[in-house]
Amino acid sequence: MTGKRWAFEDFAEGATIDLGQKHVTAEEIIEFASEFDAQPMHLDEEAGKASILGGLAASGWHTCCMFMRLMCDGFLLDSTSQGSPGIDYVRWKKPVLAGDTLTGTSTVTAKRASSSRPNLGLVTVRHELVNQRGEVVLELQNTGMFLKRMAGEAA
Amino acid sequence: MTLDAYFRIGETITLGSHTFEADEIKAFAAKYDPQRFHMDEEEAKHSVFGGLCASGWHTAATWMKYNLKRREDAGEQPWDGVGEAPQFGPSPGFQNLKWLKPVYAGETVTFTRRALAHRALASRPGWRLLTIACEAFDSTGDKVLEFESAVLVKAA
Repeated sequence: MTGKRWAFEDFAEGATIDLGQKHVTAEEIIEFASEFDAQPMHLDEEAGKASILGGLAASGWHTCCMFMRLMCDGFLLDSTSQGSPGIDYVRWKKPVLAGDTLTGTSTVTAKRASSSRPNLGLVTVRHELVNQRGEVVLELQNTGMFLKRMAGEAA
Repeated sequence: MTLDAYFRIGETITLGSHTFEADEIKAFAAKYDPQRFHMDEEEAKHSVFGGLCASGWHTAATWMKYNLKRREDAGEQPWDGVGEAPQFGPSPGFQNLKWLKPVYAGETVTFTRRALAHRALASRPGWRLLTIACEAFDSTGDKVLEFESAVLVKAA
């Protein structure tokens, strides 16, 4: 037993994993932006309204971080994850505004065993965050490395 | 002045350097990426990375921090071309992000950007899409992060 719910074998191509919900507050938008992305539309309601984003809007990097937390709580922390080499693409499709509630899903699009490391497999996942109006606000895809169950048993 | 000159197409610009201290690595991870190798030195030792290292999102968001800081410190280049000065807007996203090497606690990372190209957007008259190569290097000169970003610019 790996003691983890999710090992390489547990990801099925085409399966969708529910990541739960995240309510976005003005305070956290401003807090994140103050440190990493201090542009007026991420710091101030009026500046946000005057911008192309239409309101106090989360930094796109913040939206990625909110997604990451949802994925951690959704399955990653209870998995045999060995990290990820990167992100194929991130699309910030709609602004994330203060007061929004985001719902996350991860859909497995491909998986394969590692050719160089027999105890490891690669899982490609397309993720989405959707707001309370049903609009996709974030879309991204990455490939994660996960230990196989047998390898976990031997470890 | 052309838009190419204003955007400094092809020129690598150093944005600044940042030392990732253990405390801030853990504080970021506690909020956004609480995997054990970003949260605790002891647990990180027994993980795939072998030591406490920054969340990849922490490294990437810090690129943005220094990208903006550089804009503030250096000021925008004065625009002396035809019409109004170009105005930076939001980004539609990025692609091909690679975390090439872990950023361990105490490591100092230097961030750079290089404007690649720009084109008019058929879907948004008056706006152009500027693509940018973004990179980060550790104290040994190894590349730790790269991605290709894009930003909307209001320009004739």
